[in-house]
Amino acid sequence: MTTEPRAPLLPEDSNVPAEAFGPSPSQTVGPYFHQGLVSFQGLTGLLGDRTVEAGSDVPGERITLTGRVLDGDGQPIEDALIEVWQADAGGQYADRADAPFTGYSRAHTRTPGHILRIHTVKPGSAGPGLAPRLNVWLGMRGLLTHLITVVYFEDEDNASDPLLALVPAHRRLTLIARREETPDGPVYRLDFRMQGEGETVFFAP
Amino acid sequence: MTQSPPKPQQPGSVHAPHLFPPYTSSVKRAPHELLIPLPAALENLHGPVFGSGRLRPDDHDTTRNARVNGEPLGERVIVRGRLLDSSGRPVRGALIETWQANAAGRYVHARDTHDAPLDPNFTGTARMLTDERGEYELISIKPGAYPWGNHPNAWRPAHIHFSVFGTGFTQRLVSQMYFPGDPLLAYDPIYGSIPDEKGRQRLISRFDLNLTQPNWALGYRFDIVLGGSAQTPFEEPDHDH
Repeated sequence: MTTEPRAPLLPEDSNVPAEAFGPSPSQTVGPYFHQGLVSFQGLTGLLGDRTVEAGSDVPGERITLTGRVLDGDGQPIEDALIEVWQADAGGQYADRADAPFTGYSRAHTRTPGHILRIHTVKPGSAGPGLAPRLNVWLGMRGLLTHLITVVYFEDEDNASDPLLALVPAHRRLTLIARREETPDGPVYRLDFRMQGEGETVFFAP
Repeated sequence: MTQSPPKPQQPGSVHAPHLFPPYTSSVKRAPHELLIPLPAALENLHGPVFGSGRLRPDDHDTTRNARVNGEPLGERVIVRGRLLDSSGRPVRGALIETWQANAAGRYVHARDTHDAPLDPNFTGTARMLTDERGEYELISIKPGAYPWGNHPNAWRPAHIHFSVFGTGFTQRLVSQMYFPGDPLLAYDPIYGSIPDEKGRQRLISRFDLNLTQPNWALGYRFDIVLGGSAQTPFEEPDHDH
């Protein structure tokens, strides 16, 4: 626990007067975020859709998460951004920048079929009773404040997970990805539905 | 009528509601169901983790990092500010990414069809890490306003998109920086979606003559304050004063 005092926001060097101090409001990522967050126009080494490189000796089963993001009319959204924060195969979350597995990846739906893909390692349980899961941050044009959701795996025991237990039973399937074996390895499929029938469960921090 | 009307969303007074009809893209994308509160015990996710090894020296300077055959066009700006947590403590070593239109109001993006010129020496993409005082510096070009199809005669105020990582999942923030005195702010539903007047003010940068460089660039201050849980798992014990 740090004892560092709150930094004074002096009017001569801040745009935030002391009486207006507080969290900066969220704004939409808009339709052009690819330029800054996921494309390769200019800067290299951006955060990508792959948490481990081919040939990496990071332990764990290599999996792909794939799916679409659907609007209230059931139409695929072409400008959604997804970020995944996850534990490694042993259930550990990274706690330093040079960790062999940082557990962070980012993808988008400006793709053929507007299908997102995250290539990663299947996470392990992060504690007693906790089912393995991907923590998902979702942004897009039309979302002024991003949304948070989670993805569970159908081939895991999710029965005692405390977060899933907070979700009404009839909505839990919106959070559970289906496994398929493909020539490229196991693929977990899950669509995110923004509203209406089968609406994905979103969480508030 | 087969669909029940959307329920109001209340992510908190600082942030915009998900459904904000004046911003037309929100209508089909905002959830109808209420969000389920995330238990604090389950939200303490560290990260992300992004070391300095992947940044290059000019990554924070869009006037240099995409040059092909000359200087980008437009009014050069220096944007400097601090990244703070909700207790006012600096957030150190955090990744900030920015993207923006060029001086003519055009993005380097296939979907931007605005009839304004692209700049061959400018992509408008930058990234940087905060230093030991939680400070960052962005060197760029003042973006132009541009039209968008939200409503008749809709123009976005000049803005720079900011993507900011704190020390935990719930501190993740994507926001926009605006410029002081922009007459378009009063007509912009994205800026106007923020319910709290003080919150809106926090997204407007402050012109700073002391930061302004003679014969070169105008200076603006823009502090960013992260909400969410204020835990600082990477914080070293305080020993610098």
